[in-house]
This record gives sequence, C-alpha cells and structure tokens, in this order.
Amino acid sequence: MSSTSTIYDFSTLTGSIDAALHNWMSPGLVLTAELVLVGLIFLTFYALLGLFLVYLERKVCAVMQNRYGPNRVGPLGLLQTIADLIKLLMKELIPIRKADQFLFNLAPFIVIIASFMAIAATPFAKGLQAVDLNIGVFYVMAVSSLGVVGILLAGWSSNSKYSLIGAMRSGAQIVSYELSVGLSLLAIVVFSGTMQLSGIVESQADGWWIFKGHIPAFISFVIFLVASTAEINRGPFDLAEAESELTAGFHTEYSGIKFAFFFLAEYINMFIVAAIGATVFLGGWMPFHIGNWEAFNHVMDFIPSMVWFFLKTFFVVYLIMWFKWTFPRLRIDQLLTLEWKYLMPISLINIVVIAFIVLMGWHF
Amino acid sequence: MNMIFNYIREIFRAISSLWAGMRITGKYFVSPGQIVTQKYPENRATLKMQERFKGEIIMPHDENNQHRCTGCGICEMNCPNGSIEILTNRVPNADGKTERIIDKHIYHLSMCTFCGLCVKTCPSDALAFGQEFEHAVFDRKKLTKVLNQPGSSLKKEAKQ
Amino acid sequence: MSEEIIKNIIVRENEDYIINMGPQHPSTHGVLRLEVCLQGETVKYIIPHIGYIHRGIEKMCEAITYQQIIHLTDRMDYLSAHMNNEAVCLCVENALQVEVPERVKYIRTILDELNRLASHQLWWSAFGMDLGALTTFFYGLRDREMILDIFEESFGSRLLHSFNAPGGLMHDVHPNFQKGIKDFITYFRKKLPEYDQLLTGNVIFQQRAKGIGIMSREKAIAYGVTGPSGRGSGFSCDLRKYAPYSAYDKVQFNEILYTEGDTLARYKVRMDEMWESMNIIEQLVDNIPEGDYTAKMKPIIKLPAGEYFQRVETARGELAVYIVSDGNKTPYRMKFRSPNFSNLFVMNELAAGGKIADLIAISGSLDLVIPDIDR
Ligand code: SF4
Ligand code: SF4
Repeated sequence: MSSTSTIYDFSTLTGSIDAALHNWMSPGLVLTAELVLVGLIFLTFYALLGLFLVYLERKVCAVMQNRYGPNRVGPLGLLQTIADLIKLLMKELIPIRKADQFLFNLAPFIVIIASFMAIAATPFAKGLQAVDLNIGVFYVMAVSSLGVVGILLAGWSSNSKYSLIGAMRSGAQIVSYELSVGLSLLAIVVFSGTMQLSGIVESQADGWWIFKGHIPAFISFVIFLVASTAEINRGPFDLAEAESELTAGFHTEYSGIKFAFFFLAEYINMFIVAAIGATVFLGGWMPFHIGNWEAFNHVMDFIPSMVWFFLKTFFVVYLIMWFKWTFPRLRIDQLLTLEWKYLMPISLINIVVIAFIVLMGWHF
Repeated sequence: MNMIFNYIREIFRAISSLWAGMRITGKYFVSPGQIVTQKYPENRATLKMQERFKGEIIMPHDENNQHRCTGCGICEMNCPNGSIEILTNRVPNADGKTERIIDKHIYHLSMCTFCGLCVKTCPSDALAFGQEFEHAVFDRKKLTKVLNQPGSSLKKEAKQ
Repeated sequence: MSEEIIKNIIVRENEDYIINMGPQHPSTHGVLRLEVCLQGETVKYIIPHIGYIHRGIEKMCEAITYQQIIHLTDRMDYLSAHMNNEAVCLCVENALQVEVPERVKYIRTILDELNRLASHQLWWSAFGMDLGALTTFFYGLRDREMILDIFEESFGSRLLHSFNAPGGLMHDVHPNFQKGIKDFITYFRKKLPEYDQLLTGNVIFQQRAKGIGIMSREKAIAYGVTGPSGRGSGFSCDLRKYAPYSAYDKVQFNEILYTEGDTLARYKVRMDEMWESMNIIEQLVDNIPEGDYTAKMKPIIKLPAGEYFQRVETARGELAVYIVSDGNKTPYRMKFRSPNFSNLFVMNELAAGGKIADLIAISGSLDLVIPDIDR
C-alpha cells in the first residue's frame, strides 16, 4: 500500500548515527559504542517504564475502586513511584541466615535479565528495533519464560516454606501456560508466514490480523491474553504470590532493592506481553486503516508510528489490569484445568482451522 | 455431540459471567465522578464533624471563664477505666464554711474509650464531647489534659 | 457425633510439612494462628491457636458495674458492637424485670439490623479479597461508610458505639435518623445487585466456592456452629425467629436457610440476609413510636442474687450472656458464649483434605472475628 511510505522510518535516523560513528572510529569500536549506547537507552527506558507502569496500575485500580490513587507526591502523584523507589533503595537488605546465599542473590538478577532480554526484540516503531531476529517470536517466547528459573531459584533458596510453595506453583503454571502462548502466537505466524516480528508487522499493513484473521484470530488473541496473563503471574493467576494465601509467595523473604527487582520485572513483563500482543495481533506500529478511505488512512498515517505502538500496548496493558482488578484468584488445580482442558484443546483446534483458512486463502 | 455442546455452552457462560464483572469495574473506571475518597488535609477548612461526634471530653467554659463542675467526683467514679481524676480543694466561702471546689479535672485521653458515661452521669452537665479528632502528639504525656482552665471558677446558677 | 470428634483428634508427625498461618497473615483477619500441615498443596490438618488477643474481658467485668460492662462488650465482636451491647442490656433488664419503652425496642431492632448489614458488607469485602478479588474490598467499604455515617450522626462513634444502656439507650437518636436510613436503603438496594454481578455470578468465584468445605447439618450442630455459617448447612438457628427479643416479634421476615453446607451456601445466606435486613428495617423505620429513650433506672444497678441468661443473634451467630449475681453492683461471674469460638473449631473438619486456597475460602466464609474468640 502506498500510504505506508509516508510513515517516518527510524532506520534513517539510526542509519545516519551509525554512518557518523563510522566516520569517527574503527568498525570494532563502533560496534562497542553502539552496544553501550543501546544498552544505556534501554536501561533508562526500562527503569522509567517500570516506574510509570506501577504508577499507572495504581491509578487504574484506584479509579476502578472509587478512589483517587496516588495524588500526593508531585502533580497527580506522578512522582509517587520515584519516592517509593528511593524508599526501596534505602531499605535494609535483610540477610537470611539459612538461605542459599549465592542463589538467593542471583535470583532477582535472572528474573530481571530475562525480561530485559525480551524487550530487545520489540519493534517500537518503524525501523526502531534493537535486534530484528528472523525468529523474533520464538526468541521472545523463549527468553520471557527464562524468568521462571529466577522465580524457582528465589523460592528454593529463601529456605522459607511459603516461598517454596509459591515457586512450585509458579513453575507448574508457567510450564503449562507457555504452550498456549506459543500456540496462539503460532496462529498468527501461520497467517503471516514469518516469525520475524518486523515481518509480522509489515504483513498487517492492509489490516490487523485480529480483523483479517476472522474469528480464529480473535480466539487466539483471547487465548493469548489469558495465557500470557498467567505466564507473567498476574491476577487472577497470581498464585505464585497469592498474598491472601502465601503472604508474598516466592519473594516473601526479599527486601529492599532485591524485592524491587522482582517488582519491576513483573511490570516490565506485563509490558512485554502487551507489546507482543499488540505487535502480533493489533498491527504493532501500523496505523489504523479502514479499507479504501484514503483520506482517513492518510490522517492516520500522520500519527507517528511510535504513538500507535504505545497506544496499542497500553490498551493491552489496561486489559490485563482490568482482569486483575475484577476477578478472584483461581486455585492451582483450576488453573491447570483451565490450561489443559480448555485453552490447550481450543488453541490446537484453532490452529488447524487457521491452517485450513490459509490453505484455502480465505483470509483477506 | 451433546458433550461438545455442553463444553461450548460452559465456556460461553463463563465468559459472560466474567464480562458481567468487568462491566461493573469498567463502569466505575469511566465515571471518576463517583470517587468517594475525601481529600483530608486539604478539606480541613470545610470538614465538619457531626455534632455528636465523640472526639474527646471537654469542659465548656463560658465567656467569664466559668465552668459548671462542682468537683463531685461522680464522673471519676463512673469512668470504667480510670481516665478521669478529680483533685479538689477545700476553701472557705463567703459564709465562713469550707466548701469543696475543683482544683484539677484531669483527663487521660490515652485511656478514654469514649463510652460517654462521664458526660451522661455528670449531675451538673459540666462535661461534653468535643469535635477535635487530630490527637496525634509526640509525647504521651501531652494526652493527659486538665479540663478546667486555669483561673476558672464555678458558675453559680440561680436555682430554679 | 462426639465420638467422631474424639476420633478426629490430631496427632502430629515428625515429617509433617507445617506452616504457620498467622498471627500476622493477611487472611486470618486478626491475630489468629493456624498451624497448617501440608502435603504439597493439600491441607492435612489444621490446629488453630488462639489467645493472641485475650484481654480477660470476662474477668474485667467482675470488677465494674453493669453500665460500665457495656463498653467492654463492644470490644468483643467489634463488628456487631450493638448486638453485644444489647445482649447485656437485655439480660440486666430481664433480671430487674424492667419493661423498656416500645421506642427503645424499635430503635434497638433497627440498629441491630443496620449493624448486621454493616458487618455483612465488611465480610463481603474481606471475603472477596481473600479470594483475590481486591476490588470488592473497596465497594463493600464504600457502602458500609453510609451506615457508619448514620451511626456517627446518632451516637458519635462509628464502630464501638456503646449506645445501649441497661434500661434503654444512652440518649435519643438524631432527628435525621429515619431519613438517613431510608436514603441508605434506597441507595443500597441499587448497589447490592452489583455485588452479585461482580462476585456471585463470576465463574471463578463459583468454582472456588461451590462444594468447598462442606459442613453437614449434624456437624454444624455438633460443633455449635450458629449464625449464617450454621444456616448455610440447613441448621435452623435464627434466634430472631425462635426467641424473639426487642421488636423482632413485630416484623415479618424469613429465616434464610441453605442446605448445601458449602462455602457458596454460607456466602448466599449472608447475601440474602442483607436483603432481609433491609426488609426488616423498612418495616420498622416508619413506625418508631414516640416515647422515652430509656426506662426509669436507678443510678446504681444491683441485680438480685441469682443467675441470668440471655441470648441474641449477632451477625456471626448466637451470643449468649450468662450473669451470676450475688446482689452486688458488680457481677459475681460473667460468661459470654461467643459464636466465633465455636465457628472456628469446625475449620479443621472443613478444610482438611482441601487445598490451601480452599482453607482461605473456608475461613473467609466462616466470617471469624478474632477478638471475639479470645475475649
Ligand atoms: S465533671 Fe461533673 S461529675 Fe465530674 S466532678 Fe465535675 S460536676 Fe462532678
Ligand atoms: S468517656 Fe468513658 S472512658 Fe472516657 S472519660 Fe468518660 S467515662 Fe471515662
């Protein structure tokens, strides 16, 4: 479609930076410099995003519950989470005498690194993506489920009974829900014929998959939402921390900044699954287009692609928050029943249906 | 076939029940006008406690710095947890007889359970409930108050 | 039945995986400690440990007068403060054979029901939160606030009102009393269906509550489980029907009975009781007779020597007051039969064999108030 060409391509910007650097230094140095640069940008983005998501969640749930939410620190309480972060930084790191010290200290880093790695492959805007792997979907799924190792280690090494139960629940949960997430993403991979995230976005230039893919795509979107909510341990699937049962689950024994790591990782994970969902089902940074309304489509194109991406992502984030603040928590056996008796079979059938649709060329 | 039909119906019923709940929270999300929280320190000027609110025990004084407490000690006796101590003095009055007057009406806010018995049983209606509720202090001793103001005296009322 | 209870006496074994829920735990609603033995996720047995908030109220009562006792009873089951007050007052009034004015009876009944509503609202909020639906907490408290405002307007305090006095009330209700109640009922009749949509109908909630912690009628009777928890098992034990006090003989209402005996049944009993309470209040609130707010009482109450007994239906079950008097102005011995104590100890029977999450649901559905257990 011709209109897509008007969208600003970030690769021109990154390309020119790259060229400028090449004029300055040797290729080896350039690579190092770029790695450091990208790393720093991501770190800053990561921290700010985490803080903002915590704030957002508190605001959203507050309004749902007829409250104001944070409104004391800074305008509209925007600085509240920063104040909380400073508080967490200054808190004492309580050492657990009988804990397995090495693993105990390692666990928060594993969790946070896993979420950090997943964010690398996210296409934020046209041409703005740290690494565009040709197996992007696969990579994101693989990396984001690494976090469970950290959770298991945290629960095991804390040497606390509550933590252990929480960690074991989390293990069972993530291992099973990983399947549904994979299968629901696979549906779109079948549609678009590529695993590359940028390719999937490009394939939605003439309409998002959730619209193009008929009902099966919608079903897999719902399955994706449910399963990924479970995968990131959020309510109503927050069994790993189930505060009314296990006080705080796997991070009961953590304090200060180590606790903050878990906390931050949880929110970043929420962002990541929302970003993946938005990219794969809702067209990523693609603007919203309606058929042949050229004028309308043109106006939509003027909204920067970055804005589109964040709009969609935060829409999904909002959905996930909406779930959490409405539903009661499931029990562990019901959680597994839901996966193995409902989500799994449905997504398998769904894939078959989709394969059939693609084979017959019925999708738009 | 019937089983599959039930399976699908079950799923739809489940989703519709979940949607019903989400409608409720969603409804409140889009109507922030329904927020019930009061912005407390900001609304201090307009915040008015109910007239019967039991904030603390006070002894109302009139413009001549006079109260009505005779120092009879009934409130002290009726208080279930010893929150009130009455210290009296004996002074000669105009007729030359010694008379008991109140020296200090000591009230321990920290122990008071606001049962209202002292206010109710005081024979001369000398006590009342105050609307003050911001009682936080840094020193527990500050919660012990002397209710009759210094230099105050007993209001002599014409006997009806 | 009692042999069966003896058979169920718990023997700890060395390799048991025991976790202590409480005294500081988010879902024990107070300082209750449950020693829970687990096998994986499954609960093997529970041993409740009580006494963390024992204040010796019964003993304290022996040193103070009957008027003063009232304010201690507030602090047992603080969510049914008014009903606790009333139990002592009724007991003293019966002992002295004082006839309290009709107005007092009506107001007491209305306050009872308001208090029951407030208590059930708080229970609903906390129960939802136990199950992980955090929003219920705020909706329940939001609506409870309206009742507390009515209380505050009339008695000056919101939770522990000490509004009853032997012989009647401390003082008359506020002139706005009737209007406030009517406003509240109009408001709450609109809000209560939302509760159902948010939680009752929810498929996750249904799964969590249906068939969980089944208590048979026999078990309820054997353990003395009264109140909504008992009525969820088909144990018809509503004292408002069977031994009416105050103005309960003048109103029409249904005793809510469910026979399933599971968590969902106990939940439904309370939800229906909220509707029923509103019915009772509506029947009374327009007909409060004029009159005195208290009967003539001597300033110092001395009960004639003897034993006196009175029970009332609080929001959690049957509260009984037993006074032994030796003719003095203080009781010789005072005993409270608190509903929560009996309701707590059936928990092992209900939760053993279930999951941890079921244990939380069951303890939530029994609606325990810990200070009432320990007194
Ligand atoms: S306040 Fe009232 S009861 Fe207390 S000593 Fe004074 S007059 Fe007596
Ligand atoms: S309100 Fe009750 S506790 Fe407080 S001082 Fe008066 S009698 Fe004592």
